[in-house]
Amino acid sequence: MTKVLELEGITKRFGALTANEDVTLSLHQGEILALLGENGAGKTTLMNILFGHYAADAGSVRVFGQELPPATPRAAIAAGVGMVHQHFTLAGNLTVLDNLMLGSEPLTRLRSARIAARRKLLQIADRFGLPVDPDARVGRLSVGERQRVEILKALHRDARILILDEPTAVLARPEAQRLFETLRDMTREGLSLIFISHKLHEVMSASDRVAVLRGGRMVAERATAETSPAELAELMVGRRVERPVREAHRTGGPVLVAERVSVGPQGARALDELSFTVQAGEILGIVGVSGNGQAALGALLSGLMQPSAGRLTLAGENVAALGPRGMIRAGAARIPEDRHVEGVVGELGLWENAVLERLRTPTFSRMGFVRRAACKAHAAEIVARFDIRGATPETRTRLLSGGNMQKLILGRVLSSNPRFVLANQPTRGLDEGAIAAVHAELLAARTAGAAILLISEELEEAVALSDRIQAIVKGRLSEPIGADEADPQRLGLMMAGVWEAQAHAS
Amino acid sequence: MRLERRAHAPLHLVLLAPLAAICAALLLAAGLIAAAGVNPLGAYGEMLRGALGSRLSITEMLTRATPLIFTGLAAAVAFRAKLWNIGGEGQFFAGALITAWIGHTLAAPGWLGVPVLLLAGMAAGALLLAGPAYLRLRFGVDEVVTTLLLNFIVVLFVGLMIEGPLRDPLAFGWPQSVPVDSSFRLPDLIPRTRLHVGLLIGVAAAGLVWLVLARTVFGAETRAAGLNARAAAFAGISLPRTLMGVALLSGALAGLAGSVEVLGVTAGVTTTMSPGFGYAGIVVAMLAALHPAGVVAAAIFVATVFVGADAMSRATGVPSFIADVIVALCLLTMIVALLFTTYRVRR
Repeated sequence: MTKVLELEGITKRFGALTANEDVTLSLHQGEILALLGENGAGKTTLMNILFGHYAADAGSVRVFGQELPPATPRAAIAAGVGMVHQHFTLAGNLTVLDNLMLGSEPLTRLRSARIAARRKLLQIADRFGLPVDPDARVGRLSVGERQRVEILKALHRDARILILDEPTAVLARPEAQRLFETLRDMTREGLSLIFISHKLHEVMSASDRVAVLRGGRMVAERATAETSPAELAELMVGRRVERPVREAHRTGGPVLVAERVSVGPQGARALDELSFTVQAGEILGIVGVSGNGQAALGALLSGLMQPSAGRLTLAGENVAALGPRGMIRAGAARIPEDRHVEGVVGELGLWENAVLERLRTPTFSRMGFVRRAACKAHAAEIVARFDIRGATPETRTRLLSGGNMQKLILGRVLSSNPRFVLANQPTRGLDEGAIAAVHAELLAARTAGAAILLISEELEEAVALSDRIQAIVKGRLSEPIGADEADPQRLGLMMAGVWEAQAHAS
Repeated sequence: MRLERRAHAPLHLVLLAPLAAICAALLLAAGLIAAAGVNPLGAYGEMLRGALGSRLSITEMLTRATPLIFTGLAAAVAFRAKLWNIGGEGQFFAGALITAWIGHTLAAPGWLGVPVLLLAGMAAGALLLAGPAYLRLRFGVDEVVTTLLLNFIVVLFVGLMIEGPLRDPLAFGWPQSVPVDSSFRLPDLIPRTRLHVGLLIGVAAAGLVWLVLARTVFGAETRAAGLNARAAAFAGISLPRTLMGVALLSGALAGLAGSVEVLGVTAGVTTTMSPGFGYAGIVVAMLAALHPAGVVAAAIFVATVFVGADAMSRATGVPSFIADVIVALCLLTMIVALLFTTYRVRR
C-alpha cells in the first residue's frame, strides 16, 4: 500500500507544555486511521500541525511524497488535505453553496463561479453519498447535516486526505453510525481518513488501524482487528482502568415521585404525563435518543422549568414550583448536561464555583459578606476528596480539564449528602479515567442512600449503573424494566418507542 | 497571525494596558493638534501646566475629577454585570435636580440635611435606571437605547424646571435654578478653592463599591451572573434580582454625582453644569478596567485632560474640544489594549 501521508519526528511545545514529542505517523491509501488518546494527549495539536494551523518546532510533514511548508493551511489544502473541525466553521446565515465557496474564490474575480460550483457540489454529493440541498440555509440544518456540509466543504476543495476531529462528539449514536458507514464508502472512492476520538467502541468498529497518543507521545500502533478495547484503554490511559461495578443492595422508600407530570402547553408538550419513582439507594436510568425530551426533564428536575400539570414531590414535599434555589434547599443535587454552559462560571476561581449554590447559607456567608476562608477551606476539601488534579481553590475554573471540572461539580453537589441526585449526561466528553471516577462517585452516593436519576445517551453506562431503566421517547416514558432484563435488543425497541405500540395493541 | 487566549491576564499587562491606551490616544490626537498648526509637544506641555502646574490648578482638576469618580463607579458597577448603562448623564442631572429642589425648600440643620439630600439624589438616579432595567427584564428592551435616550429627556426636563417652577428670580434671567440653602453646602477641603469634601466622599464610595463587589454575597452573585448568566441561574441565583440590584446601585452612584456637584460646587442646577460627566464616566470605567480603585486614578486623568485642554486652548488657540477627542480616543484605544491583555498574538 502506498503511503499518502507521513509525519516524521513532530515536536511542538507551548511554553513549558510539550504537546507533541517526536511523533511519527503515516497514513496509507484508502484506510481509516483512528487517532486515539485522552483529552490533552496532543491529538488535536498534531492534526493542527498537519493542516498548517501551527508550525512544529521540529519534524516534517509529507503529503503524497511532497514536503509541506510549515504553518501554511493553503499549502495543505492545495496538497489535498481537508479538515473537519470539532466545532464547525460554517456561517449560519449563508446557504450550503455559499459556505462551500467562501474563501475558495479569488477576490479579484468579478463573476462568481456559482453555476460550476453547484454542479461540482451535486456531483460530489452523489459520488460520496452525502445528499444535501445546496440552497438550504446552514443555520436551519441539524447538527448531523452541518457536519455533512463540513465534509463536503473539504471534498469540494479536492481533498484526498480527510481529518475529522472528534466527529461524533456532537452526534447521537444512530447519526454516528451513519457517519461511519459514509466514511467507509468514501475510502472506496479513494479517500484516506484520519479520525480523532477518545471513544473506544467507535474506534473498534470504524477504523482499520489505531494510533494511540499519550502525553504527547505515540505509544502504540495496532491493526484494529488485532487489538481489544481493554488493551486500547490501557494504552491510552497508561494503566489499567476499570469502571466500577454496581453491587446489589437493598433500596429504601420512594424519594422523588413524579405523577403524570407534563411540561409545556397542551399539544406542544416537551414532557407528556411522565410518571416515575426514584427510591433511596437506587439509580434510575433514563435512556433515549438525543432530543426526545431529556433536556426538558433535566430542566424540570433542576428547577429551571415548572410542570404545567401533574405532581412532583421530593421526600413528600411538593417541589413543582420551587426554582433552582428551592430544589437545592429541598436536598437535590443537580449535575447539569453541559458543564461549561450551566455547570461553572469559567472566569471565576474554583472556590467560588465550589460554593456558588450555597453562598447564602450561614456556613459560607455572614450578614451578606462572603466567609472567604470557610469557602476556600471547603473548596480545598473538595479538591482533595474528589481528586481534582493540579488545582488549588484559586485556580481559574476554565483552565480545568473536562474531567476535573466534572469532579468539581460532583464535589459541589455531593459533599452535602443530598437526598436526590440528578445526573444529566454526567460523562459526556470525558475520557476513560474520568468516566470511571464519575461512576465511582455516583455509586458511592447510591450506597450512601441517595436517590439518583441518571439521564444518559450512552447505553453501556446506563446499563452498568442503573438498577432500573426507563426509555424516553418524544417526551413520554416507558414502563421501567430491571437492569437484569435490559439486553441491547429490548432497550433498542424501548428507545424506538415500541412499548407504546404494545400498549395500544393490548 | 492568530489570537490565542491567555491562561491568565498577567498583572503587569493589566496595569500597562491603560497607560498604553492613553499614550496611543495622545499620539493620535497629536496628529490633530499638528493639523491645527501647533507643535503637539508644546500643546501637551501647556495642558499639563494648566492642570497640574499650580496649587490652584490641581485643586481645580480634583474638583473636576470628583463627579467623574461617581459616574465612573456607576458605569463600572453596571458594566461588570453586563448592564449597559449609558444613562449616567441623565442620572447625574436627576440627582442634581432633586437635590436643588429639596435643598431649596428643606428646613433642617446641616448635619441632617446633607445626608438627606445626598440620599435623595441617589434615589433619583436609582429610580431613573430602574425603569430601563425593568423594561429589559420584562420585555427584553435594549437598555443601551432606553438609557441613552432618557439622558436627553432628563436634560430637557431640567431645562423646563429651571425656566418654570425652580427658576431663580435673582439670576437676572440666567437659566439657573434656585440655590440650595447655604447650610447644606459641602465644606471646602482647602480654603479659598472650589475643592470640597465631595472628593473624600468619592474616594470612600470607591472603597465601599470595591467592598461590595469583592466581598459580599451580592457582589459574588453579580460577578457570576455577569460572566455566565446561565450557570448562575442554574446555581439558584435570581438573575432579575441581581440585575435590578446592580441597576439601583449604578443609578444611585450617578445620581450621587449630581447631588455632590450641586452641594459642593454649583448650589443650583443649570443645563450646562455637566461637560458630559455621565458619558466621560464610561471612559473612566473602561480605562479603570472596571476596577473601583482604578476608577479614582482614571477620573484624575480624564479631569486633567478636561482642565488642561482649557488652558492649552487659551495658550495655543487649539480648540478645547480636543479634550473630548482625546477622551473618546482613549475609549477606543483601551478596548484594543484590553484585547491584548486577554489574548496573545501568535504567528
